[in-house]
This record gives sequence, structure tokens and C-alpha cells, in this order.
Amino acid sequence: MSEGHSTYTPKTGIERWFDARMPLPRMVYDSFIAYPVPRNLNYAWTFGGILAIMLVAQILTGIVLAMHYTADTNLAFNSVEKIMRDVNSGWLLRYLHSNGASFFFVAVYIHIFRGLYYGSYKAPRELLWILGCIIYLLMMATGFMGYVLPWGQMSFWGATVITGFFSAIPLVGDWIQQLLLGGFAVDNPTLNRFFALHYLLPFMIAGVVVLHVWALHVVGQSNPTGIEVKSKTDTVAFTPYATIKDAFGMIVFLFFFAYFVFYLPNFLGHPDNYTVANPLKTPAHIVPEWYFLPFYAILRAITFNIGPINSKLGGVLCMFGAIVMLFLVPWLDTSKVRSAVYRPWYKLFFWLFAADAVLLGWLGSQPAEGSFVFMAQMATLFYFAFFLVVLPVLGLIETPRRLPNSITEAVLEKNKGAGGGHPAGANAAPETKG
Amino acid sequence: MSATDTQDPNRRDFLYVATGMAAVVGAGAVAWPFIDQMRPDASTLALASVEVDVSSLTPGMSLIVKWRGKPVVVRNRTEQEMKDGEAVNLADLKDPIARNANLPADAPATDANRTTPGKEAWMVMVQVCTHLGCIPLGQEGDFGGWFCPCHGSVYDTAGRIRKGPAPENMAVPVFKFISDTKILIG
Repeated sequence: MSEGHSTYTPKTGIERWFDARMPLPRMVYDSFIAYPVPRNLNYAWTFGGILAIMLVAQILTGIVLAMHYTADTNLAFNSVEKIMRDVNSGWLLRYLHSNGASFFFVAVYIHIFRGLYYGSYKAPRELLWILGCIIYLLMMATGFMGYVLPWGQMSFWGATVITGFFSAIPLVGDWIQQLLLGGFAVDNPTLNRFFALHYLLPFMIAGVVVLHVWALHVVGQSNPTGIEVKSKTDTVAFTPYATIKDAFGMIVFLFFFAYFVFYLPNFLGHPDNYTVANPLKTPAHIVPEWYFLPFYAILRAITFNIGPINSKLGGVLCMFGAIVMLFLVPWLDTSKVRSAVYRPWYKLFFWLFAADAVLLGWLGSQPAEGSFVFMAQMATLFYFAFFLVVLPVLGLIETPRRLPNSITEAVLEKNKGAGGGHPAGANAAPETKG
Repeated sequence: MSATDTQDPNRRDFLYVATGMAAVVGAGAVAWPFIDQMRPDASTLALASVEVDVSSLTPGMSLIVKWRGKPVVVRNRTEQEMKDGEAVNLADLKDPIARNANLPADAPATDANRTTPGKEAWMVMVQVCTHLGCIPLGQEGDFGGWFCPCHGSVYDTAGRIRKGPAPENMAVPVFKFISDTKILIG
């Protein structure tokens, strides 16, 4: 799988001229045409490509929106309304950008859960996984700061609550909070720096994506069986097989995206954000964007002091800890088998964890009172237990199912079992292209 | 070459360490302005004090002024509110410290320590919940003081935290009566 040798042969004089000076065509050919991918990749593997186009789409729409937006507390809200009403196609570009952020997170969550299900984080892909976690962190920072820019009530109070997390840090907390805000409360300096950083971070994401893809191309893609590629029959060429499959996945994904943009453009937003920010009045319920809700539920679940740690700091620590868990997954999971397909108990706990994450998300949208608090505490407990207890222990005590000897064997076995439903071509040896 | 150059640590080691230290100090000196510019600027700090005319406030009335971008409530408390505040047993308080910027940092959170001597009826307080910075609603909640709608913190008539996730009493800013009807905050 690794870039052992290149099969690129320049055919024309221009190609040879480039190849001798800067072999960019060779790199593109080796990475996106001849690059061998496991032959058994399912549609869960198309989300890398989907994320790439979402990043490009967000950068494109973001740059043109920035040409009409004004980062000033007196003008920001109206400049966004101007984009919606006066700027040609402004409504479309803004809805693409705001819903694009949501769908970026939809795609990244599917991408992360795919990695957890198929054990994609296991050696030698730990660094690949961690680079992905860093991208996820940058995405959260970008999404949060972008949500502040329209300067609505949720923008303002979301920023107040989230920067308030830092005031929980002992001794230096208030200093750090003032450093982030540029004042004693969210105000014009905050809006200005958030705009500058919101513009910068996507390019940092793009930089880490390059590292992510680089790491991917060194270790090769994982696959649903979790067995490493052993021979040429285990793979097919990136083009046309993966390119066409990725393209189809993108089109289906963009179909859902377009449905939201054109028919439910404000479904994922909050009506309070169409009220201009008022520093003297807090909305009845402050709710972050949907993609932060599970973490918000964990934050609010800690209503009790833990030894010397007060409830506020405890909540903040648990919330950040929930993300730190992802970084540690490659070392918390002790199983030698990658894929949940061959791990019956892990499969069960994986789905329980997925359900737990959705439950936390729902609890995050509910007011923090009554039985919701207790439910959030239980769900938080399970969230951490999954990482700190289930992953290490299950790897030691679980008996995995028998693994096939190779990807090819797994594919042939599966197709035999499925009966005559598959076209004959699906079982044939992959074409040797390029 | 003298003999000292062949022994460890020699002059070269010293030069490496000295160069490295100089580079670290230089990098720090370059980084500092980039961090420093993020701190509250002069115009933000210039707004650090405001004068409030409270002549129109009869007992039971409050007004809110913006100070450092945050709402500060000035409340002329009723007799009942003062009595309720004084009746509280200090041991019942979640945060037993006054959090009054005009008093020593360890002053106990008595009702008097939450106000200023001679003007015990007047609460002057940053009306920002000490949990995550929401604005509590006045004269609501189980203790007749303030109630934060975000995460359910309840404060009493002296702005002391009584119930909920907030860790501290609401802050009393630096303030003084410059005349009978005027308060200088900050």
C-alpha cells in the first residue's frame, strides 16, 4: 500500500519536462489514479471525499460572504440581513454556508463513528487518527466563532457561556478569559478577533487535512474487515473504482444538503439568533449549535463538587475530557482485532455508545432541570465508561470471530453467501489498470 | 587547543546553551506583543468607571447600568429584603466570602459586608451569574433575590448564591457614594 514505487510513465514531452523538474503530475497520478484501495470499501468510506468538498465549499462561500460582512457590533447584524435581502444571491450563499457548517459536522461525525466501528485508529494509523482529531477540534473552534459573527442573541450568549468556561481555570482563568474577549465581556474586540480567526482557521484545517491525507497514503486505507492488504488482488485502482464511488456518495450527500438549504434553511439554527445581541438580556434557554449538544450536556451534568474541584471546573474538565478520550482511543482499545464485524461484544457496545451520544445530544437541547439532570449524569458516566472501561477490558476478555485470511477471501465468502444476487463481474479479479 | 576544551562541559557546550537561551528569550520577546495586543485595550479600560444618579430610586426599585460591558444593578432594597438578608445563617451559605471588591478578600458574606457602611439598603452588584456569565432575573426565585434562567442558580436578596451550579456570590464592584444621590462605580 505504501508509496513503494511509482507506476507513472510520462507520455508527452511536456509531461517529461515537468517530471524532471517538479513531478506534480506524477504525485497526482500516484495518489488519485493508480493508488491502490482495498476492494471491499463500503459507502462509509466515501465520507473523506465528502468532507473534502464540504471544506472547499465552506471556504468558497465564506470568502464571498466576507466581502459583504462587517465585523462591528453596531453593523454586523444588519450586514448579515443585507446579505439576505440586498446582495444578489446573498440568501443562497449564506444558507449554503450556515447549513454547510452543519453538514460538515454531519459528515465528520459519520467519518469518526466509521473509524470507531472498524477500528481504523489502530496501529499503524494512530497518527492518522490523531490528525483527524485535531481537524475536528479546529472545526469546532471555527464553527463556534462563525456562529458569533451574525451578532444575534445566541451568538452573543453562546460566546459568553463558552468563553466563560475558561474562567473556571484556577488562578489564571480570568486573565485568559479577558485575553480571549479583549475586554471584560463579549464586545466589539471579541467580534473582530473572532472574525479574523474564523477566516484563518479553515486554512489551518486545510493544512492539517494535507497531513491527514499524507499519513493516509503512507499507511493505506483500512477496510471493513480490518485485515491489511496482502496481495494485489485485495485492491483496486483509485480511478475509476474509488473516484466513482466517492462521486456517487457526494451526490447523495449533497442531495440531503440541498434539501435543507432550499426547504429547511433555518431548521438547524435557532430563532433567537434573528434577534440582535443584547448584552443586558439573556434568552430563557441558551442552546449551542446542535453539533455541540452532547458536550454541552456533559458540561451541565456536573452539578456537584468533586473533592477540591468545584462543579463549574468539574463540568468544564469533563467536557474537554470527552474530547481528549478520542485522542486516546488508539491506546485505550486493547483488542488485536480491528473491525467490529469480528467483535460481537464490541459491536454491541459501539451501538450503545452511538445511542448514548445521540441521547446526550438530545439532553443538551433540554433545560437542565428535573430528571434531565440525572439522565445526563448517567449518559455522561456511560460515555466515559465506554472509553475508560469497555475499550481496555473488552480487548482482553472478548473472543473474536474467526478472521478471513485476506480481504479477497472475505469478499468471495460474502458474495457466495449472498447467493446469485450479484453480477458475475463483482467476483472477478479486479482489473489491473495503470 | 587547551586542555579545558576536551573536558565536559567545555566552552562549546557553554556556547550552545547560551545561544539556545538567547534564542528562547528572543522568541519570547517577539511573541509577547502578539499576546499582549489581545488584552483589553486602552479604550476598554477607559470605560472602567461610571457615575450613576440614583435619586429617583425609592425602596423596592432598581436600575441597571452598563459597566465594563456588563450590567451592574443598583437596588434600593425594601425593609423586608434587608431583614431577609440579615437573617441568613452564614453556615448555610454555599460561598461564605463577601466577594466585595471594597473589602478584604476574606471578608465573610454577611448582609452588611455585601453593601457599604451607612448605606446598607443599597445593593450595587455586577448582575452576572458566576456560573457561565448569564444575566439573572431580578426579584425571582426561592430566596426573593435573583434567579438565573440558564442553569438554574438562585441568589438571595444580598446576591449570595444559595442553590444551583454557580460557585460564588455575585461580585460587588469597587464603588462609593460620592454624594447622597450619586454613586461612582469602578
